[in-house]
Amino acid sequence: MPYSRSEMAARAAADIPEGWVVNLGIGMPTAIADHVPLEREVIFQSENGVIGMGPAPPPDRVDPWLINAGKQPVTLRPGGCYVHHADSFAMIRGGHIDLCVLGAFEVAENGDLANWATSENDTAPAVGGAMDLGAGAKRLWVLMEHTTKDGRPKLVPSCSYPLTALRAVRRVYTNLGVFDVVPGRGFVVVELAPGVSLEQAQAASAARLHTSA
Amino acid sequence: MINKIVQSLAEAVAGIKDGSTVLIGGFGSVGQPDALIEALIEQGAKDLTCVANNAGSGRTGLARLMELGRVRKIICSFPRSSGSVVFEELYKAGKIELEIVPQGTLAERLRAAGAGIPAFYTATAQGTLLARGKEEREFDGRLYILERALRADVALIEAWEADRWGNLTYRASGRNFNPVMAMAADLTIAQVQHIRELGEIDPERVITPGVYVQRVVRVDRGSPWV
Repeated sequence: MPYSRSEMAARAAADIPEGWVVNLGIGMPTAIADHVPLEREVIFQSENGVIGMGPAPPPDRVDPWLINAGKQPVTLRPGGCYVHHADSFAMIRGGHIDLCVLGAFEVAENGDLANWATSENDTAPAVGGAMDLGAGAKRLWVLMEHTTKDGRPKLVPSCSYPLTALRAVRRVYTNLGVFDVVPGRGFVVVELAPGVSLEQAQAASAARLHTSA
Repeated sequence: MINKIVQSLAEAVAGIKDGSTVLIGGFGSVGQPDALIEALIEQGAKDLTCVANNAGSGRTGLARLMELGRVRKIICSFPRSSGSVVFEELYKAGKIELEIVPQGTLAERLRAAGAGIPAFYTATAQGTLLARGKEEREFDGRLYILERALRADVALIEAWEADRWGNLTYRASGRNFNPVMAMAADLTIAQVQHIRELGEIDPERVITPGVYVQRVVRVDRGSPWV
């Protein structure tokens, strides 16, 4: 059985050690925070200047002044603080973020990431902070479905969509498993979701999947 | 006596000229100077270049300004968001120019303008479509692109408290782009919820010194919508 979305988020969350400063992209990656227990102190950074985000508040405790990058209400943990946008991105671009997890349209076997525009003629592509995070975070992971809704592979030999960051992705979590991007080698299977065979994962990938052996 | 507090929104936006570059603070609806944008709509300046993280949503505020044909160009990082209908219509019809800037590059271009730095190198966007036409240079084995400072005629910002010198505090994530935009414009106009006596704001809490602020207007806005 492939991982559900919640299981994918939980799988990625399991690999985040205490003490890391982590930025989660909008969409699926945001859910990773729900799977990191509060006693494992991970500092979640949101690019709109919230350092040390806590879980979403109950509906009757929403602070309308406190939102995350996805513009959803969040909380601030004890120890958290606020900065302005230039300081927030200094933190990102200056290499102070241990991990960023983003969604993607495609990841190439050399680590290229495409996640902001669907073509050169995209009618109003929206880049947000993705290029800053891709270039600036100490490590970049991707959390995404293994294929598009119509079954096209998203692990590819080289990206066909416009790039967000070059040779940046280190690891990919999908519904079929966990894959490292190893320079000079490509995608290496770390593990497969329970009941998913290497053949199945390979059939859903355009790039070659290597086994660690 | 220095007194930057003005008594009306009309006074706050007086003198903004056609063809101006206008910075608009906020991230989503939080920290967005809604009342000043409405005042600018009333004021009438046109042929504007607007700089904001998002390209407006719904049919009010920045979206309304665009719908009225007053915005020639928008510079932003994330034009397409839920409710950005006006921008998308205008863009499809070729009626508005768009410059997409990565969010961190946008913040840094503003900060640089405020700090007298004409341009800077960054790794962000290197090798992508957004690097086209930009100088590329290698430092210590890594490639960077040259980005120019982004200076503006006017900044419309929102803050929490102000005094008559224009010192500003912010509330939670309402800070966002407002302090860097305040630095980057010739005329910075702040919409604030509370006016304090001079000396009443703890100096340790001032985020934007009044040096960067020209006009302050009090607007009892209440909370942003989520």
